[in-house]
Order: sequence, then C-alpha cells, then structure tokens
Amino acid sequence: MRRRGRFWRVAAPLAVGAALLVLWQAIVHLENVPPYILPGPVAIARALWTDGPSLLVSLLVTLRITLAALAAAAILGGAIALLFSLSRVLALSLFPYAVILQVTPIVAIAPLIIIWVQQPFLALLVCAWIVAFFPIVSNTTLGLNSADRNLLALFRLYGATPAQTLRYLKLPTALPYFLAGLRISGGLALIGAVVAEFVAGTGGAETGLAFRILEAGYRLAIPRLFAALFLLSMTGIVIYLVIDFLSRLILRHWHESAVEEEEE
Amino acid sequence: MAAPVVSLRGVEKRFDTGVTALAPIDLEIGRGEFVSLLGPSGCGKTTLLRIIAGLSEPSEGERHLTLACADRGPAARGRIGFVFQDPTLMPWSTVLGNVLLPLRLSGRVGPAERERAAAELRAVGLAGFERAYPRQLSGGMRMRVALARALVTDPDLLLLDEPFAALDEITRMALNDDLLRLWEGRRATVVFVTHSVFESVYLSTRIAVMTARPGRIAADLAVELPQPRERSLRTASGYAAICAAVSAHLSRAMSAAEPR
Repeated sequence: MRRRGRFWRVAAPLAVGAALLVLWQAIVHLENVPPYILPGPVAIARALWTDGPSLLVSLLVTLRITLAALAAAAILGGAIALLFSLSRVLALSLFPYAVILQVTPIVAIAPLIIIWVQQPFLALLVCAWIVAFFPIVSNTTLGLNSADRNLLALFRLYGATPAQTLRYLKLPTALPYFLAGLRISGGLALIGAVVAEFVAGTGGAETGLAFRILEAGYRLAIPRLFAALFLLSMTGIVIYLVIDFLSRLILRHWHESAVEEEEE
Repeated sequence: MAAPVVSLRGVEKRFDTGVTALAPIDLEIGRGEFVSLLGPSGCGKTTLLRIIAGLSEPSEGERHLTLACADRGPAARGRIGFVFQDPTLMPWSTVLGNVLLPLRLSGRVGPAERERAAAELRAVGLAGFERAYPRQLSGGMRMRVALARALVTDPDLLLLDEPFAALDEITRMALNDDLLRLWEGRRATVVFVTHSVFESVYLSTRIAVMTARPGRIAADLAVELPQPRERSLRTASGYAAICAAVSAHLSRAMSAAEPR
C-alpha cells in the first residue's frame, strides 16, 4: 500500500509534465509559432545542449551568491532571533524594522545598494540576504518563545541558569521552526540573487544566470532564455530538496513532521 | 518533634483577573507523610501545589519548607521532585536524556550520573528503553519516565499533580502500586493532587479535602489503613468504609461552598 503511494507520488506529476510537454510541442509545431515568440520543448532542449556548458558557468556564479546569502541569512537571522528572544525591549524596538526591510521591494533599493557597496559580489550578496533573512528571524523568534510552560517551570525548579535553559530547552524547541524558515529562505535567496543581478547588470567579469537571461532576451535568443530559466528552476528545486532532506535528517527521531509513518 | 517539611500559614492566592483561587490555608506536612489534596476540578489544588513547589508566590501568607538542605539556592536543586498532569518530556531527547535532565542542570554528567538515571529507569520498570524517544512510548510509559525524572535526584519532597488522571484505569492502578513501592523504599514526603477518592484513600496516609473555589481545606483526615498497602486492600471492607467517609466529607465540602 505504502510502496504504491510512493510510486504514484512520483509517477503522477511526471505523467502530467510529459503530457504538457507533448501538447506544447504539438501546438508550436501545428500553429507554426516562430521560436522568438514561443520555442517548443525540443528547441529549448537543443539550446540547453549547445549553450549548456556556458550557462552552467553562469549558474555557478548565481549559485555562489545564493548559497552565501542563505548562509548569511541562517547565521545572522538566527543570531537576530536569539537577541530578540533574550531581550523583549530589543525585540519590540527592532522587529518593525525587520518587517520594513522585508516588505520593501528589493528591485527598488538594489540600485542604491549597488552604489553603496562597491564590491559587486558583496552588493549582490546584501540584496539576496535582505530578501532571504526575514523568514528565519520570524520563525526562529517564534520557536524560541514556544518552549513548553511546564518544562520551563521544571527548569526553574531545578535552578537552571538562563544559559542552560537556552541550550537544553529553547534551542531544541526552536530547531524545527528555524528549519522551516530555512526552507522558505532557500528559494528566496535564489530569487534575491537573480533580482539583484537583473538590476546590477554585468557587475564584473563574471556573469550570472540572470544576466544571461536578460542578454538572451535582447538578442531574441528565446530558446536560450528558456534554457536558462529551466536551469534556474531546477536549481531552486534542488535547493529546496536538499534543505528538506537535511531537516528531515535532523528531526527524524522526534518531530512529527519528519517521523516516518509507523509500519502496520 | 522535627520541623514539618511543608509549612503553610495563611496562604492565599488571588489572580490578576480578580479570581480568588485559595482562601487562607494552613497546612503542615511532616516528614515521610503521603498527603493527598482531594477536591473537585478548579478548586485550586494545582495552585496550592505550585505554591508549595515555589513555582508560584502566594498573595498572602507564608510558605516554608524544611528540606535536608536549604530551601533556596543551588544546594536546594533537586530536593523537590515535580510530576505534572502531562508527562512533560523533551521530545528531542531520549528517555535516558530526559531522566538525566535534573542531574545535568545541577552539574556535569558522567558515568555515575548515567548509571543513576539507568537505575531509576529500572526502578520504574523501563529497563531497556534508555535509548527510545518519548513518542515511541505509550502514555503510561511516558508517565513512568516523568516519575523516574522526578525521583532521580532522590528528592525530600515529591509533588505530583494529578499525574495519572489521563491514563486508563488498568495503567493507573499499576502506576499507583509502583508509586507506593517507590515511596516505601525511600520515605520521601509526598503531596499528591487528585480528584479520585479511591486513589487518595489507597495511596495516602492523610487526605486534605478541599472545597470548590475559593479552595479551603474542609477536612484533614488520617487514613487508618495498614502499611505497606496491598492490592487486596482494594476489595477490603475497611477500605470501602473509609472511601465512603471521605466521599461524604467531599460532598459536604462541595455543598458548603458558594454555588458556581
């Protein structure tokens, strides 16, 4: 029963995807849609094959920014959340600004950041970080404040120091929340990196995937544009799957979200 | 006579909402007693227990504990054991890790501490479950872990807040017997909150019957039954008679209280 469920979970979306691709190719072919309006899957696959190596080089540039931004979001986001949980005054006075940073459209402030931060890699990193850090801060803060009341009482009864309460109670409680935030931030870091690259343009000798998309658009190399987009979505999916896998691995013993269903 | 372990004088509790949970309460509990606080739901039994533990401050009156060590400061760590209505275990920690917690909070954990925690798990009948996680255990087994955790520091005072209320009857009777056995082996002082007349008579040497809110102690009854308690007691006529007497006190306490 369980094995069959797993089979369908993979097979059903694949079948839908294949059917859509066939339909797409058929429409493009029968209607004679020119490739600069809408290329068919076959043309895109061909572009992926010929331009693949150079696109992969660009992907690495984007990926480096994404992963650096995600790491910075995890570390700084976690640290900010920790500060918020230690001091209510700090949390009350600073949280609104974290929200402001979160709701400000990155497209609007990216040019400023690129002017202020001279080093291109750093500028892109800051942009991607601004997009990615908030879910980690808000989730982890919630987690740090969600410790079981009775367990807190027990820690008090045994005369636990604040450091002990943090280490043995609050941090483990917050871990699933942090990981849920990380899962959201992974995708956001990639989006942030791409948006920043769009605004920054070449930004140096190396060009990221976002710039290749722009370039392909200007040159009406639409199949290559689609190929780059395809690589970008695949990267997003892989980032999500890796974080999902890691969080299941970390929480597998105890958290409801990660525990395997009981064998009957 | 030795100083009572627990001494409450004129203890009252009012909450910010204006609700008076406890009317003035005077209570002294001597060393080695097993006292049940018996009363209807919402009569302030839990509040009283939390005041005894020092988890809640009384609005009026005094609470004083006389434990083997001072009742404040690091020396008092682990002199009080507390068991909540729910097992209240850390889900991310193994059974052994949960039982080790009180020792870990009062110092380093070495082989001696691990052995002590393992011995406590054997005492509550959970040998072999050291490396299991709480979610893999039944409700009764989780409660046994909570009991082992409360006992691992060998406390002078063990406070239990309706610990078995959520368990089925069979598990509950087994845990009652285990609790008695553990208590007889150590002679700690026990305060046990319950709303079950049968449970309180079976377990205690003394029963404090409480009224509905605001909680007062309506009757303070010694339970004249042989020690150690045997299972056969549950069907003995003396046991039934005492249960009937305590029930009568309880219904009187409830009708004497203001209508809710």
